[in-house]
Amino acid sequence: MSLSATTAPPSPAAPPSPDVSSRRSRGRLLNRLDVKYSPYLYIAPFFLIFGAFGLYPMVRTAWMSLHDWDMIGDHSFIGFDNYTRLFSDEYFWNALVNTFGIFALSTIPQLLLALFLANLLNRTFLRAKTFFRMAIFMPNVVSVAAVAIVFGMLFQREFGLFNWLLGLVGVDPVDWDGQRWSSWFAISSMVNWRWTGYNTLILLAGMQAIPKDLYEAAEIDGAGPWRQFWQITLPMLKPTFTFVVILSTIGGMQLFTEPLLFANGNILGGSQREFQTLAMYMYEMGIANLNTAGYGAAVAWAIFMIIVVVSLVNFLLVRRSAK
Amino acid sequence: MSVTTRRTRLAAAALAAITAIGGLAACGNDDDKPAAGEKPAKLVVDTFGEFGYEELVKQYEKDTGIKVELRKTAQLAEYRPKLVRYLATGKGAADVTALEEGILNEFKPNARNWADLTPLVADHSKEFLPWKWELGKAQDGRLIGLPTDVGSLAVCYRKDLFQAAGLPTERDQVSALWPDWKGFHDAGLKYKQGSGGKAFIDSITAVSNGVMFQGNGDLFYDKEDNIIADTSPAVKNAWDTATSMADISAKAQTWSPEWSGGFKQGTFAATFCPSWMLGIVSENSGPANKGKWDVASVPGGGGNWGGSWLAVPAQSKYPKEAAKLAEYLTNAKSQVEAFKAKGPLPTNLEALKNEAFIGYTNEYFSNAPTGKIFGESVAKIQPTYLGPKHQAVKENALEPALRAFESGQADKAKAWEQFTKDAKTQGAF
Repeated sequence: MSLSATTAPPSPAAPPSPDVSSRRSRGRLLNRLDVKYSPYLYIAPFFLIFGAFGLYPMVRTAWMSLHDWDMIGDHSFIGFDNYTRLFSDEYFWNALVNTFGIFALSTIPQLLLALFLANLLNRTFLRAKTFFRMAIFMPNVVSVAAVAIVFGMLFQREFGLFNWLLGLVGVDPVDWDGQRWSSWFAISSMVNWRWTGYNTLILLAGMQAIPKDLYEAAEIDGAGPWRQFWQITLPMLKPTFTFVVILSTIGGMQLFTEPLLFANGNILGGSQREFQTLAMYMYEMGIANLNTAGYGAAVAWAIFMIIVVVSLVNFLLVRRSAK
Repeated sequence: MSVTTRRTRLAAAALAAITAIGGLAACGNDDDKPAAGEKPAKLVVDTFGEFGYEELVKQYEKDTGIKVELRKTAQLAEYRPKLVRYLATGKGAADVTALEEGILNEFKPNARNWADLTPLVADHSKEFLPWKWELGKAQDGRLIGLPTDVGSLAVCYRKDLFQAAGLPTERDQVSALWPDWKGFHDAGLKYKQGSGGKAFIDSITAVSNGVMFQGNGDLFYDKEDNIIADTSPAVKNAWDTATSMADISAKAQTWSPEWSGGFKQGTFAATFCPSWMLGIVSENSGPANKGKWDVASVPGGGGNWGGSWLAVPAQSKYPKEAAKLAEYLTNAKSQVEAFKAKGPLPTNLEALKNEAFIGYTNEYFSNAPTGKIFGESVAKIQPTYLGPKHQAVKENALEPALRAFESGQADKAKAWEQFTKDAKTQGAF
């Protein structure tokens, strides 16, 4: 087909001068290249930045994790020794348990509450909707460090507000950072306070995308609000819910600032590591201890793998239960 | 047509952008060392906290014509990661770098990162406290640091609270209450009784800090750097002394909000003060409590908490001139000036004998003769060998275990077990 241009009979008009035709074919070539390759160029900036700040650090971390690596000294290749060491490392498992404990204490109540609030905000009879939607999102705008510092003061042993309130009803003051349950509770409450509104808004957006005629039809069939919620809202909310759950999982597995500031910046997270999370353990091994940087890199990769697995499990669970 | 040309231009622009980014990665190789003997235009000094070098540096600029840039970092916790980054990447370090005791020990096993000062400066080994001078050397004998200050211990106490509880308030009488740690504990019990059950000291980790440097031999490491934390008599002694104080402790972890708030609230009546701590005590207590604090000597005599050295990173382009500057900043005259400016306690023997230093009194602490008190206490510090990860073992093994015992989370045997186990992993290097 492409040859047809040259073999076609000469048109009545004067043939194009060789100069014009060559310019035209060069233009055509550029045009073809443009169509074919320029889309890649347009998206290139993202991939270049991702490559430099996302992919490269990951690959480099993987490389480090195969070494006995001293941050300011020598390193030697040791294969997968760092990873096998993880399995017998008591403090790694401790951090894993803490992370999942705090994750469960923060994600489950948070998502239930967000679902409840979103459902309320979605009601047609509610006045001053925009105000409530703004108000509920406010905590998310506050810097995480500020949240952690203020909550840290509220949960103080000697002069904290919560212990004062407990004292009013005759309960002995709690040493919040001295035990597992109390420290987990304190840290989860920071996470919940900050993220419930955010999740509410996302769920609310999902709810508003559900066609209204479904509800009208259900109403005509005599379904009450409760039944409508279970049989229309929840199933239709499935994709949004999956998204929210996976985001919460990633955030929960990487929890770092809140427990660190709760421990006054001590990377151990309590005198017996009661609330040291995986991310804190990674920091302790990879950055705070100079000579275990390789092991810290292995912890980082373990966190990554755990996030992938947990997200997959969540995804499957949410998909199945909503079916 | 116009659309296509615009696209082509965009594509070209994108291409140009990519080459620009690629080009960025290519530059940044500046390994060009200056010719020997060339005079530097500028030297950079890195310090943390307050070293009191501002005026000294100005004088140096005037004397030598070399400009000096003083980079100050407020907190040691922010300072260390910066240093690690400079060393790990081989770029960015100052020509003269202040190293705190814990950091210095941690960096010693990789001594190659630091210039050997022995050939660069005159022999000053006889001019400083001998043990302090020795600590500036790495395992291979390389001289890494010139001594700056020392964290010699004293006891800060609240006169008003002591009086209310029926204890003496005069600093000599108070010092006489506790010739040893037993006496200190007795005084604490007496205070507790007289004050209706109030705590005497801030925490038991402060006690262990004090006891460890009183010369009972090697601490977490022996001289060959084997970890001996579980068998060392000096550590056991510090452990036993510290744990015996749990009944008079306010259980307020140093630097925590409970601790800093405790100064104003009077949750404890005494705390252990290295000289650099005086500023922190006065700041936490506030102007309202001026004149209520005083300074007495520490039980058992002597003790040390912190202290620093000046080092020259191997990556410095002007090691010779940098060493000269470090030499100037640590000489007797400079150390007295720095003490008068911000309070770091001299380690230079001549500075310690200086009239201006000995005669110095601190207004906030009831005009206590802190120069004399700390000067005497310095002389009593016992030379103690610190292994490579001394700081990590102390902060991440010993102190958490002591706190677990203090707060009742673990009994003494279990806490000791926690300590010895963590000491092995924290101390490995």
